Amino acid sequence: MGTPDPSGTIPTNQPSVQKSDDAAGFYTLGAPLIDEKAPTGPINTRWQRRKFENRLVNPANRRKLDIIIVGTGLAGGAAAATLGEAGYNVKSFCYQDSPRRAHSIAAQGGINAAKNYKEDGDSVERLFYDTVKGGDYRSRESNVYRLAEVSANIIDQCVAQGVPFAREYGGLLDNRSFGGVQVSRTFYARGQTGQQLLIGAYQAMERQVAAGTVTQYTRHEMLEVIVADGRARGIVTRDMVTGAVETHLADVVVIASGGYGNVFFLSTNAMGSNVTAAWRAHRKGAYMANPCYTQIHPTCIPVTGDHQSKLTLMSESLRNDGRIWVPKNAEDCAKDPRDIPEEDRDYYLERIYPSFGNLVPRDIASRQAKNMCDEGRGVGPAVKEIQPDGTEQMVRRGVYLDFADAIARMGQKAVETKYGNLFDMYARITGENPYETPMRIYPAVHYVMGGLWVDYHLQTNITGLFCSGEANFSDHGANRLGASALMQGLADGYFVLPNTIREYLADGPFEKIDESHPAVVEAKAEVEERIAKFLSIQGERSADSFHKQLGQIMWEYCGMERTEEGLKTAIGLIRDLKKEFWTNLKVLGTADSLNQSLEKAGRTIDFIELGELMCIDALNRRESCGGHFRGESQTEDGEALRHDDEFAYVAAWEFGGEDANPILHKEDLIYTAIEMKQRSYK
Amino acid sequence: MNLTLNIWRQANATAAGAMHRYELAGVSEDMSFLEMLDVLNEQLNANGEEPVAFDSDCREGICGMCGLMINGQAHGPEVTTTCQLHMRSFKDGDEITVEPWRADPFPVVKDLVVDRSAFDRMIQNGGFISANTGSAPDAHAAPVEKKLADLAFDVATCIGCGACVAACPNGSASLFLGAKITHLGSLPQGQPERDTRVVSMVGQHDAEGFGGCTNIGECAAACPKEIPLDVISRLNKDLRTAMAKGY
Repeated sequence: MGTPDPSGTIPTNQPSVQKSDDAAGFYTLGAPLIDEKAPTGPINTRWQRRKFENRLVNPANRRKLDIIIVGTGLAGGAAAATLGEAGYNVKSFCYQDSPRRAHSIAAQGGINAAKNYKEDGDSVERLFYDTVKGGDYRSRESNVYRLAEVSANIIDQCVAQGVPFAREYGGLLDNRSFGGVQVSRTFYARGQTGQQLLIGAYQAMERQVAAGTVTQYTRHEMLEVIVADGRARGIVTRDMVTGAVETHLADVVVIASGGYGNVFFLSTNAMGSNVTAAWRAHRKGAYMANPCYTQIHPTCIPVTGDHQSKLTLMSESLRNDGRIWVPKNAEDCAKDPRDIPEEDRDYYLERIYPSFGNLVPRDIASRQAKNMCDEGRGVGPAVKEIQPDGTEQMVRRGVYLDFADAIARMGQKAVETKYGNLFDMYARITGENPYETPMRIYPAVHYVMGGLWVDYHLQTNITGLFCSGEANFSDHGANRLGASALMQGLADGYFVLPNTIREYLADGPFEKIDESHPAVVEAKAEVEERIAKFLSIQGERSADSFHKQLGQIMWEYCGMERTEEGLKTAIGLIRDLKKEFWTNLKVLGTADSLNQSLEKAGRTIDFIELGELMCIDALNRRESCGGHFRGESQTEDGEALRHDDEFAYVAAWEFGGEDANPILHKEDLIYTAIEMKQRSYK
Repeated sequence: MNLTLNIWRQANATAAGAMHRYELAGVSEDMSFLEMLDVLNEQLNANGEEPVAFDSDCREGICGMCGLMINGQAHGPEVTTTCQLHMRSFKDGDEITVEPWRADPFPVVKDLVVDRSAFDRMIQNGGFISANTGSAPDAHAAPVEKKLADLAFDVATCIGCGACVAACPNGSASLFLGAKITHLGSLPQGQPERDTRVVSMVGQHDAEGFGGCTNIGECAAACPKEIPLDVISRLNKDLRTAMAKGY
């Protein structure tokens, strides 16, 4: 161990050596993995030097190069716009009816950038440091440094596009502090930052559609990647309106299809958010990295019944003034909270963590809420939960977030100014007035840090297949800081990918392949067979019912707290579910028309397979880090305990074949510019 | 609660559609309108009838993907998106009519799903500020008066759902158009293309077959984001100014 080294040559840590082997029997150990594109030398010039080293593509040749981009969120839309502007021939795909609907649109809080407009000591180095630390030292330092470095350019670009960020009276941009950091580096557009940034990227992309450099394919779902002669050369899609299975060929393929939080069925993701593009690539050989890293957000509106289709997030800022409690006695749980006297309330976060109280980090707040409800002290409507043995149980899943003290202290008016829009949203969804009765909250899955493994160039281990945004694993380690998702999506799309993909395309155009190439024929046939299979089973259960059951298994055993026993149970349950899916699925309608049940079937089975891999990854990682909490690895106070000596590595999983064990490749995380430390919140 | 639903079913763009009647029991007031349709679809699937196709994605009122005519009102009786409408706005025994957006430029794809690609084509025709990636000056190079920045934001909250068109007796998209013209036209960055933008976007609006605005105001009343009617005045003013300059 050593102190940080500015020359970037002397490591501060040793490669880890895993001693435990909880997942023995569930995986095969493969060769270690090295990022061959990893830069070296002083960290603050790595990206600059790499941009120079990466070859250029002659402008006259660009129009001869075809680029496929799957997904039109910040990462995909921004890349389509930028690569189109550069003169490449871009084909952009999304499953929605318009590129403007991608789920980046729902991000509320803001976007970080190391502008230091507040002169409060912020810098690229500080944003870099905060992000690596926030990720619990499970991300690559070179990638994170680059992210911090390009963050300032993102704001410039967005302002030039007309993104209406919040401004001060002098006309300059306003910033706020976000997610517990001590500098104000977050740019925002009221509670709709994601929407405004996405519309900016969308408009830039539509401009290229008009210019003829980008062709957009809406209501198209990518169902397979075509790998020919060792390179990704295209995709197979289904036109969701006509049902036509089409092949699209190109020189390079980019997957920017977002995260897979919907593996839990209930999450804050959009209904259509899915893992299919990434999972199909995984099955074709792309490694899936750290799939178990899931971020769970503590302040969401609780489930009201088994009709629930999604969960809605409310800004974490509510915890600044609200007090979280549950009744001391389970028999009070059904009572009107206003009738429960002070002495019968348990302000459990204030009790357990007296110094941080209600402001403990997301994962701790989430885990404790679950513990209270597991003890039978949850509040709100009791909802049906299916136990592993198949029996049903009614459980109240909610805790109070009470503003009575804040209203008494600051006055209703002040509370309204600060949180009015959140209170309105809560009232609309629940039908309750949070000024009069305490809000009810419960944690929900919000973001996944895992994703396809990529090198420093955002290229997966399949040559010519790139991956950006939430769909890749690279920048957030085991936990993502607030206002960093938008930053990463746009960094990848506007500034990183366009500068790395040219190094790959400098060797192109690659030999033309056509529809008759065996790899194309085979990929298309696979898709057609799968679709036919879904329709032919004619069993009893809808795709949604399988998806819901998967979600319950994942939430129970691979959610806020994971244990060896629970994860092994989950793997067994998921395997049974998969068998049942293939024998008891019921999809009505036809393949050659708009068929939403058919779409769901394809996504659900990919989620089921992913769910199994997530559990195996979580089982292997016998440590707690960031969003991954293993019951076996905690301090006496119940805090997460990392094991850097065993697990300071990226777990990159290779598909092992149908019903065969996945293969684990470890990429060591070696730091030079930063030194690993344990966190503490007491 | 128990409900009777009259739902428009149409197999595809060219097939003839018809209203179908469904009885749905045990609806909870905590369900969103779309969750109620999910429950109906599970019931239909179990009974061997193909589920009703409808669009939705974020289900938190921001993506603009959902949109139904509910008892003749775009997004139903509340000022919000269909996904944020909850069943507590209805009562036991209600009969609810559910149709797709009604407007020629939004042809039905299937059941309650329509094709709104006309909106994308309007944006392609000038609904942007031309600023290639990497060409931007520092974000603080040009301060923007707070009042204008706030105005730009207020109208930029348009989610492109199409309720304005569905609600308009003329099938006009003037509110959608006016919101974009006002958003980009209020900002200093948007000035260089202000005249060409409005002429080009209005041209595409008309070419798509959207109707003209006769100041009825149904659009603003139906808008879930409460975009005000006066964006249409700004649209008209900008168009007049541009035409007077010979664009």
